[in-house]
Parts: sequence; C-alpha cells; structure tokens
Amino acid sequence: MKNKFFLFSSIFIFVIIFSIFYKSLHKTNIYTPSVKLDKKIPEYSTEVLNTDKIISYSEIFDTENFYFLNIWSSWCVPCRDEHYLLMELHKDKNIKLVGLNYKDNIDNAQKFLKELGNPFNIIIVDIDGVQAIEWGAVGVPESFLIHKKKVIKKYIGPLDKNLLIQIKSLIK
Amino acid sequence: MKFFKLLISFVLIFNLNNTYANDNDLNHKIIKNLRCLVCQGQSVYDSDSDFAISLKIVVANKINEGLTEKQIYSYLKKKYGEWILYDPELNKNTYLLWLLPVLLFLIGGVIIFKRFKIKNK
Repeated sequence: MKNKFFLFSSIFIFVIIFSIFYKSLHKTNIYTPSVKLDKKIPEYSTEVLNTDKIISYSEIFDTENFYFLNIWSSWCVPCRDEHYLLMELHKDKNIKLVGLNYKDNIDNAQKFLKELGNPFNIIIVDIDGVQAIEWGAVGVPESFLIHKKKVIKKYIGPLDKNLLIQIKSLIK
Repeated sequence: MKFFKLLISFVLIFNLNNTYANDNDLNHKIIKNLRCLVCQGQSVYDSDSDFAISLKIVVANKINEGLTEKQIYSYLKKKYGEWILYDPELNKNTYLLWLLPVLLFLIGGVIIFKRFKIKNK
C-alpha cells in the first residue's frame, strides 16, 4: 500500500513537471508584441519641432483622416533606409504623416530631413523617450496607423515595399 | 526598567528602518519587477538600454503623480502585456505556476505524515 502510494505520487509529479517543461520548450522567450490593435491613442501633450508650441495628441489626430505616426531618429540607421518609403506615402492624399523624433539632437534631426526630405505634416519631439512608452513602442523605427483616434495597426522595425502596399490598400 | 529601555531601543531601531521606506524604494521595487523588453534576461533596473532608461523615467513620473504600485503595473500591462512583469499575477494562465508548489508541498506533507504515522505504530 505504502509503495503503491509512493509510486503513484512520484509518477504524478513526474508527469506534471514533464508536461510543463515540454510545453515551455515550444514557447518563444522573445517579446512579440501584438501588432493588430484597436486601442485609443494616448493622452499627452508635446512640443512641436522647431517651435515652442505645445500641442496635444487629440489636436494632432483630430480629423477623420488616416494618420501614420512614425517614430524616427537621425542616429537610427534603419530609419534612413525606410525614409524613401515615407516620402512615397506622403504623396498619398488619404493619409497624414506625423513624425515622433525620438531621443535626438535637434540639429542632427534637421540635417537628416534636409538631406533626405521631410515627409511629415508635423513633427513632435520626444527628448526622453517617455512618449514612445505612451505609444507602447520599444525602439526605433516603429510606426502606427491611426484612424478615428484609434491605433489600428502597429509596424515594428523599418517599413518595406510590401508593407507600403499593404498600408496604401488599408487607407483606400 | 530594563524591559522598558529594551522596548524603547527596539521601537527606535524599527522606526529608523522605516525612514528608508520612501519613494526611492518603491521605484526600485517596481523597476526590478519589470522586464527589459529589448535586452533578454535583464530587468529594467539592471539595464541601460534606451528603452529601460525611458521606462525608469516613466515609473518615476507615475510615482510622482501619486499612482500606486498596482496602478503602475496595470498601466504598463496595457501598453506591453503581461510579459513586462517578472512577477506574474494569478490568472487562468498562471494557476498551475502558483498552485503547483502548494500541491507538491501538500503531497510531500502527506508522505511525511504517513511515514511518521507508520513509525509511531
């Protein structure tokens, strides 16, 4: 009886531990944020690049238009790579581009725009990265497609041609 | 008299200890429980990545705004999901995690109890 109980509990414990480890083997440990969202935009007020003007997010994203918020920085190499796609997206009249300049030197940011062009309708400044956290971003570049004050899609990392086609079809 | 002296010194020692329990401790406690999402295996407290530096500022700001520890966690969970917390909360995904040690403890207890009973017989 004693032996049976011991055997049964050992097998029970072994099976539980084995199934936990086995299940965890297939689970990725890398953070994968959800990209399909239907979240309201955060409430925050921020400075506009090159001005002393303070503007709130609800003022920036006030119309029924589609908005494309792009977190960028002059020191970020992938931002440089995706910039020509933003220039192309800027030509689309259905969408307005908002740049969130992340932890950047203002002079360098201006040089960057002078060199590659300015696709943004408005550029807001995030000196300490707090606003990027408000948006739920982890780094640069990251982009958000916004409609009716809601984030409908999130793009982590640089854009590519396929994503641009996808965005254009979404905003038609 | 001796007893009172002892009592007063105990009260003093414990009160001195309490003076350290300020916002800074709360800040450290929170950021030690946050996972740095861009640097694997490090907490926000340990990391110096851009993300961690910004998150430290956000937590300090939220404490200044008067948010409690729980409110800060739920704010960050809304932004980044449960994964940002090192100390997972009790929900349907973590029942096993929290209850398994208790279960193992109980099974162990039963085994010890049974052996003890047999020995006593």
